[in-house]
Amino acid sequence: MCLGIPGRIVAITDEARQMALAEISGVRREVNVACIAEGPLSDLVGEWALIHVGFAMSRIDPDEAERTLQALRDLGEAQEALEAMAEGQKALEAAR
Amino acid sequence: MKFASEFRDPALAKALLARIGGVADQIGATREKPVHIMEICGGHTHSIFRYGLDKLIHPGVEFIHGPGCPVCVLPMSRVDECVEIAMRPGVIFTTFGDAMRVPGHKMSLMQAKAAGADIRMVYSPLDALELARRNPDREVVFFGLGFETTTPSTALSIQAAAREGLTNFTVFCNHITVPEPIKALLDDPDMMLDGFIGPGHVSMVIGTHPYDFIARDYGKPIVVAGFEPTDLLQSVLMVLTQIAEGRAAVENQYARVVPQNGNPVSLAAIADVYERRPSFEWRGLGEIDASGLRIRPKYRAFDAEEKFGIGYAVGRKVVEEPEGCACGAVMTGRIKPTACPQFGKGCTPDMPLGALMVSSEGACAAYWQYGGSRGLAAE
Repeated sequence: MCLGIPGRIVAITDEARQMALAEISGVRREVNVACIAEGPLSDLVGEWALIHVGFAMSRIDPDEAERTLQALRDLGEAQEALEAMAEGQKALEAAR
Repeated sequence: MKFASEFRDPALAKALLARIGGVADQIGATREKPVHIMEICGGHTHSIFRYGLDKLIHPGVEFIHGPGCPVCVLPMSRVDECVEIAMRPGVIFTTFGDAMRVPGHKMSLMQAKAAGADIRMVYSPLDALELARRNPDREVVFFGLGFETTTPSTALSIQAAAREGLTNFTVFCNHITVPEPIKALLDDPDMMLDGFIGPGHVSMVIGTHPYDFIARDYGKPIVVAGFEPTDLLQSVLMVLTQIAEGRAAVENQYARVVPQNGNPVSLAAIADVYERRPSFEWRGLGEIDASGLRIRPKYRAFDAEEKFGIGYAVGRKVVEEPEGCACGAVMTGRIKPTACPQFGKGCTPDMPLGALMVSSEGACAAYWQYGGSRGLAAE
């Protein structure tokens, strides 16, 4: 929850809400890009960012992304983040 | 230690360890009279144990594990309040998974869920917002937890809810800040800290200036660090070098991610949505002045404390920590986890008594996971 995980922005999904699709360790999910938006949102496509609980918080270069991902895998934090994303998806789908 | 396979750059790690040893010898640090360096962030604690840095490093350097795991410093009374909200009819209570097993006075959120409360683990407050949109007849509450890394996410979510006019979304705000507990620790006359490793991702949001007081007013070095093992070793070397040179400054080892002034969009969102509470309770540390955030009156419609009349909004009851739990003494560095009478007996990761055993970023859980149980047998 406290450590960000690297993700690559692959598409802008909602300009007004500043939402984008990010690929995080092979999993795609929608993230907010307000904190890293400087120019047009489309400039972000293809960029790497550190993503904290669904919010892209800092642009990073591809090498930093790879190093960070490796460190997170070693710590088991990458798996935890991916499991949390899957839980989040389940929470939305659970009907009561 | 499988040195070569464990480290991404074993040659660099070895070189750094050798240089640390040299400076430690130069300043006369020994096992009997060590330099105490506190890593504030729970992610750093986890990394130190994962790579065995505490064992590999010169014996004159001792890591003190700081209060930087938000789950670990969450007081029982706040867990009780979560359960109270979650049990209300019509509520969908959403939380990061980390908080599910933190013991409350009567039960954890996990136990409350088993007892029938609609509690859902989410990855992001964005998931909670989406639940509120999809369930207009339900009250969706998000358990806002964490330091400055997660605070922007709930601030931006509250702003979004306000823009969209959602009336069924609130945040139970438990956000806390890093600099204030550090000040409280430095003001403690029993505390013997010689320097700090500053948090990386928190600093990405707030920048490095909030730590200026540590060097300026207390004369202690602090180095903001990344969380790869070589980042941590490099940062320890920077702290020791400051000590050897008789300096105290705020230095940034993690400049590739941490800008000196932080992230402006995040800081603006935090300032718009939140204000400081006069004080906030930390598990094991007690009430600390100005260390917690609350939702500003202009966003009170999104404040679960206001909506449900709970917590600081109505005056709170202080709940005693469980009998025999020494989380407070561990967190302030007074004792090692293994010195707690409950460690590995009444308190294990499967059946945690204290919060430090719950999260992988808690010192006790890290001790347990990475040879703590073996270490206990050896001691």
